Amino acid sequence: MNSFGEGSPGRGQAGRDLVARPMDVVPLEVPPEAPQGETLLEVEALTKHFPAHSGLFKPKQLVKAVDGVSFTVTAGETLGLVGESGCGKTTTGRLLVRLIEPTSGRIVFDGRDITHLRPGQMRPLRRDIQMIFQDPYSSLNPRHTVGAIVGAPFRIQKISTEGGVKKSVQELLELVGLSPEHYNRYPHEFSGGQRQRIGIARTLALKPKLIIADEPVSALDVSIQAQVINLLEDLQDTLGLTYLVIAHDLSVVRHISDRVAVMYLGKIAELGPRKSLYETPMHPYTVALMSAVPIPGPASTKRPKRIRLEGDVPSPLDPPPACPFHTRCWKAQDVCRQIEPPLRELRPGHRVACHFPENAPGDGAAVAGTG
Amino acid sequence: MTAPFLQVKDLQVSFPTDDGLVRSVNDVSFGVARGETLGIVGESGSGKSVTSLAIMGLLKGAKRSGEIWLDGISLLDASSEEVRKLRGRKMAMIFQDPLSAMHPFYSVGQQIIEAYRIHHRVTKAVARKHAIDMLNRVGIPRPDKRVDDYPHQFSGGMRQRAMIAMALSCDPELLIADEPTTALDVTVQAQILDLIRDLQRDFNTAVILITHDLGVVSELSDNILVMYAGRAAEYASAEDLFTAPEHPYTWGLLGSMPRLDAEPTDRLLQIKGTPPSMINVPAGCAFHPRCPYADLASRTLVPPLTEVAPGHRVACHIPVEERRRIWQHDIRPAVEGGR
Ligand SMILES: Nc1ncnc2c1ncn2[C@@H]1O[C@H](COP(=O)(O)OP(=O)(O)OP(=O)(O)O)[C@@H](O)[C@H]1O
Ligand SMILES: Nc1ncnc2c1ncn2[C@@H]1O[C@H](COP(=O)(O)OP(=O)(O)OP(=O)(O)O)[C@@H](O)[C@H]1O
Ligand code: SF4
Ligand code: SF4
Ligand SMILES: [Mg+2]
Ligand SMILES: [Mg+2]
Repeated sequence: MNSFGEGSPGRGQAGRDLVARPMDVVPLEVPPEAPQGETLLEVEALTKHFPAHSGLFKPKQLVKAVDGVSFTVTAGETLGLVGESGCGKTTTGRLLVRLIEPTSGRIVFDGRDITHLRPGQMRPLRRDIQMIFQDPYSSLNPRHTVGAIVGAPFRIQKISTEGGVKKSVQELLELVGLSPEHYNRYPHEFSGGQRQRIGIARTLALKPKLIIADEPVSALDVSIQAQVINLLEDLQDTLGLTYLVIAHDLSVVRHISDRVAVMYLGKIAELGPRKSLYETPMHPYTVALMSAVPIPGPASTKRPKRIRLEGDVPSPLDPPPACPFHTRCWKAQDVCRQIEPPLRELRPGHRVACHFPENAPGDGAAVAGTG
Repeated sequence: MTAPFLQVKDLQVSFPTDDGLVRSVNDVSFGVARGETLGIVGESGSGKSVTSLAIMGLLKGAKRSGEIWLDGISLLDASSEEVRKLRGRKMAMIFQDPLSAMHPFYSVGQQIIEAYRIHHRVTKAVARKHAIDMLNRVGIPRPDKRVDDYPHQFSGGMRQRAMIAMALSCDPELLIADEPTTALDVTVQAQILDLIRDLQRDFNTAVILITHDLGVVSELSDNILVMYAGRAAEYASAEDLFTAPEHPYTWGLLGSMPRLDAEPTDRLLQIKGTPPSMINVPAGCAFHPRCPYADLASRTLVPPLTEVAPGHRVACHIPVEERRRIWQHDIRPAVEGGR
C-alpha cells in the first residue's frame, strides 16, 4: 500500500490511475549497481574553523563550525545527518563537495584522498559527488531555461551524449516526474516542489555516485515533501545512488536513512543504524531531541515523556569545553566539564560520545544505566 | 447555546490585483470559546494568515464580507480606530517572523513598555517592571539585563519568546499564533508550545494556532480546521480529526508525513500535483485535480460543508458511509503503518 487511495473499488479505481508512482518511466541507462558494502566515502577528524569578525580590540576568534567529525558512507546506503540550526551540517556538506577548504582532517572518496586536490584535479570528481541545495527558489538561475539549467553539467564537463544534450535532458526531466515539454520554460513558472525536481534532475545529469542533499524538503509543503522524499527513494532504487541527507527534521531523516548521525556544536554526538538509534538513543541530546518532536494524533496517542532542555544551543564561537552538551544536560557531572567523551561503540555499529549514556547495554563503570 | 467568544461566519476575503481577483478566503466559519484552542492547518497559500489578519483588522486593500464577532462586538462593522483599541488588550497576535513584528531601533523592553502603556495608565518605571516580569515569564534568562537589548542581540528562539511576551503583555483574551514555531528548532519549539499552554491555562485565553505541522496542532488544539484553497475542507475535534478523518485532503496530509511513532513505511502516501493558484481556483471542489476520488460532481459543484457528526463538518461529495469505508479499509492502514 503506497499510493494514496489505491485499492478501493469504484472511486478507488480512479485513485489508482491518478496517484500512481510519480514516475513510471524508463530511466536513462542505469549505471552498474554500486557494489554494496564497500566504503564510498571516509571522513576523518574533519574540521572547519571560520575566522569570526571581531571588534578592534578583541582577540581573534574562531567559529568552530565543524570540529573533528569522522564517519563513513557505504555504497548504496543513505546516511542521515541531523542536528539543530548552526550545528555544522551544511558546512560538513560543503567541505565534502570541496566548496570550502577544510582546516584539517581527511576526506577519502572511492579510495582516493581528495582532501587537498587542486581545482583542476577536482574536475572528474565534480561528476561523482553532487549536492542538492535547501532552497529551490534561489538555487536555480531565473534567467536560464530549465533545459539550460539541467543541461549545464554536460556543457561544463564537455560531455556529449547519445542523441544530444537535449534528448538527455528530456529523459532526466521525465525521470524526476516532470514533462519533456518543460524544456523551454523558466524556473519562476514552477512551484517549489517542481523546482526541487529540476535541481534533482541537474544533479543526476552526470550520474553521480554520491549525492549530498542539504535539507532537500524543508522549504516545501508537507504534501510536496512526500513527493520529493518518494522520488529520492525511487531514484536510489533504480540508479543505485548513495546519499548523505542533511536535515533538521528527525522524522524525515528516520524515514529516508539507513544510518543516522546526530551533530551538536560541530561534533558528532551519536551515530548508528536507524533502528538502533531511534529505538534506543544513547546520547542525552538525542533523547531530548526525539522527545521534543510533536507526534500527530489524538490526546490518547502514546508520547514519550518530554525532556525540557533549558536555554538555546551555545555559540560555536565559544563552545563549552569537554562535552559540548554539558551546559544543557541534566546528567552532567564534573567529569563532563573536564574530559571530552570519546565516540565509543556501545552497540553494533552504534557509537556515542557520552560519559553517562542512556539506554546503554550491559554494565561498564562509566555507564550510568538507563535513567 | 450562547455564542462563543470569537465567532467567524461566512468570512470572505479577496484582493483585487493586476492579475485578477485573489479569493483568499471563501465562506469560512468557526467559533472559539474562552480557554479553547482552535488549530488551523493547510498548505502554503490556503488562507490561514489572511483569516487571522482579517480578525485582527490588519488587512490592507482587501474586500471583506461575512461576520466576525468578538465578545459581542462586530469587528467588520467597527471603525478602524475601535478595532485598534481592541488590539493588545482584547486580542493579540504572534507573527511568524519576529523580526518583522519588532522594531529594530527600539530595545525589546521599550517595545513591550509602549504596548503596555497604550492600555494602562502607568508610569514608565511600573511599565518597565512589567516588561521584565513578562520576559521572565517567557523564560528569558536574566531579564533585568536583557530588557535593554535590541532584537538583533537575541537568538531566534529568544526573539520569538520576546514577541510572545509583547503579545501577552496586556493579557489578551484572544491570542492568534501564526506559525509561532516554524523557524525554530524542535527543542525551542517545545519550550514555546509549553509556554502558550501554561499561559492559556492561567488566563483562560482563547487561542488560534496556525501551522502546517499536524504534530504541532495536535499538541495544543481542542478543535482543528483544515483549509484548502481558501475554504474549510474539514472541521473536527482533534480526537475525530486523527481517528476518523473524512476529507481526502486530510487523509493525504496524514499520509504525507513521516512520523516518529510508526515503523517507517516503504513509501509515504503522497498527494499528487501542487496547490492551486488562488486566481484560477479549480471549479467545483478546488481539490479535484489532486484528488483520487474526484468524480463529475467534484468537477462542477462546490461541495457544501456538512455536519457528519456533532462538531464534525466535511466538504466532500463522497457519500458519508463510503468515505468511512475508504478511511477504514484503504487509508488508515497505510497512515498508521506499523503502529
Ligand atoms: N562562511 C562562514 N563564516 C563564518 N561562520 C560561518 C560560515 N559558514 C557557517 N558559519 C557558522 O558555522 C556554524 C555552522 O553553520 P552551518 O551552516 O554548517 O550550520 P547548519 O547545521 O547547516 O545549520 P542550519 O540547520 O541552520 O542550516 C554556524 O554558527 C554558522 O554561523
Ligand atoms: N495583500 C495581498 N494581496 C494579494 N494577494 C494576497 C495578499 N495577501 C495574501 N494574498 C494571497 O492570499 C492567499 C492566502 O494567503 P495566506 O497568507 O493567508 O496563506 P497561508 O495559508 O497563511 O500560507 P502560508 O502557509 O504560506 O503562510 C495566497 O494565495 C496569497 O498569495
Ligand atoms: S558526557 Fe555528560 S554532559 Fe555530556 S551528554 Fe553525557 S552526561 Fe551529558
Ligand atoms: S468533493 Fe470530490 S474532489 Fe473534492 S475531496 Fe471529495 S471526492 Fe475529492
Ligand atoms: Mg544548513
Ligand atoms: Mg501564513
